[in-house]
Amino acid sequence: MNIVVLVKQVPDTWAERKLNADDKTLDRASVDVVMNEIDEYAVEEALKIKEAGEGEVTILTMGPERAIETIRKALSMGADKAVHLVDDALKGSDAVQTSYAIAKVLETLEYDLLICGSEATDSRMAIMAALLSERTGKPQLSGARKVTVEGGNVKIERQTDNGYDVVEAATPAIVSVVEKINEPRYPSFKGIMAAKSKPLTTLTIADAGIDAAQVGLAAAPSQVVEFANKPPRQAGQIVKDEGDGGSKVAEYLASQKIV
Amino acid sequence: MAEILVLVDHVEGTPKKASYELLTLARSLGEPSAVVLGKGASAAAEKVGAYGAEKIYVSEAEELSAYLVAPKASVLAQLVADKSPAAVLIPSNAEGKEIAARLAVKTGSGLLTDAVGITPEFVAEQQIFGGAVAVQAKVATGTPIITVRPNSTAPSEQAGAGTVEQVTATFTDADKAARVVDSVVEAKGGRPDLGEASIVVSGGRGMGNAENFSIVEALADSLGAAVGASRAATDAGWYPHQNQVGQTGRTVSPQLYVAVGISGAIQHRAGMQTSKTIVAINKDPEAPIFELADFGLVGDLFTVVPQLTEEITKRKG
Repeated sequence: MNIVVLVKQVPDTWAERKLNADDKTLDRASVDVVMNEIDEYAVEEALKIKEAGEGEVTILTMGPERAIETIRKALSMGADKAVHLVDDALKGSDAVQTSYAIAKVLETLEYDLLICGSEATDSRMAIMAALLSERTGKPQLSGARKVTVEGGNVKIERQTDNGYDVVEAATPAIVSVVEKINEPRYPSFKGIMAAKSKPLTTLTIADAGIDAAQVGLAAAPSQVVEFANKPPRQAGQIVKDEGDGGSKVAEYLASQKIV
Repeated sequence: MAEILVLVDHVEGTPKKASYELLTLARSLGEPSAVVLGKGASAAAEKVGAYGAEKIYVSEAEELSAYLVAPKASVLAQLVADKSPAAVLIPSNAEGKEIAARLAVKTGSGLLTDAVGITPEFVAEQQIFGGAVAVQAKVATGTPIITVRPNSTAPSEQAGAGTVEQVTATFTDADKAARVVDSVVEAKGGRPDLGEASIVVSGGRGMGNAENFSIVEALADSLGAAVGASRAATDAGWYPHQNQVGQTGRTVSPQLYVAVGISGAIQHRAGMQTSKTIVAINKDPEAPIFELADFGLVGDLFTVVPQLTEEITKRKG
């Protein structure tokens, strides 16, 4: 079974995240960047499926030059090879455009499963599996907390608000996973060394047959008009429990007309 | 007035509160038409006229419930082609966002998710990076497709014509690729949905074990609240993962958020700091949660919370 894992490099949640004042796009330059956390679970799930059978795990990333750090991490976890779509023309693309570009690259790859994280910590849209399913015509199995592959079928437990749905489809299929699904491995020293010599294909938009008129900020179907950094929340009243703490909280809630 | 399509989220015929909020919001933008799909759609359709729906498009086609997400997007795409609405509004939950995503591709339109407000010019306000930045965004191509977070608008009734129109939907093979074979309910019933509850009570590492979550549940029940949990608590297996509030869990924006035994790491704050009022109970006076609490109580949750529950029950009499 050949698996493509889609990974995204994002600003570290622990860093101060900003938009650029000039073009209102995400500031990727001045912050620490990491692999989107949930994507580590996607990589882990792909490796587990591969280890239970055979096949190759290919990492696919769209992002600027420095996204190579995220690719290396995925390779050091144990993925076999990687494809990096990198082109200045892609800067400022929104999610819908990004799905177009990634779908074009997917046309050049052979896979039984495409696995991605359920959402990225920067945009938090949680729609890439749906977008790619719509683009490619391959089934969407999103929000998986468990994935079972049997022959040409894949079955997931899709997390819902009050439990889960069991959803199944024939491969090739597009799966997104939630963090409950597994515990991602740490790259070993051996893995880190091996990652340096694993095959990496770098593609420009021309290489992938992506129409330049359909990507990038100027062509984006959704656009940021303006933004403002909000002042941080101010701490309110802090009270120490003197044996009547519960009543104090109740009094506060009553004063706010909540109870 | 321009027609605004509003996708109604309902559970087997009972619309969720977010659907009424969306219809209320749609009235400020044009003439709302409700779209009610799947099992129980006809029953749900009877309830949405009271919130201003002029037209109600209904389909109970079996495919809508038998296959994941894609068939619903197909029906909406057919309605967009037939009715040329000024915008499509969809509740911002996991399924709603996925329907919106597919609809955007099908109709060649721009998509905005997680809006907390929409102006008459269809400029949407979003709060990003855990509420640290307020963004105004618009759709530049096609029909604006906007998903709106629960608790963004106060629902209000206003009678609409409520003319029901049955929609004859056609589905492609691709719509029928991901089959829903079973639905399993794990959570105890009776509590409001975490995403749209107006009060949320969450427990964290300070709870110590799964059994102690009954203290949080008792407080939640006294307030009519939903129960949340921090990542520390869900990772430890003390509470179900679907109740996790935070960066990698659910984002909530209730009227009142009560954090019990939660230190307030950035991971958690990103999912709750746009709540209107925040109350924190923690024994550590240095806990970062106190930096954003409107009211903080430094004390032992095991004595404070039961006392609070009792006090609220008494006041509600």
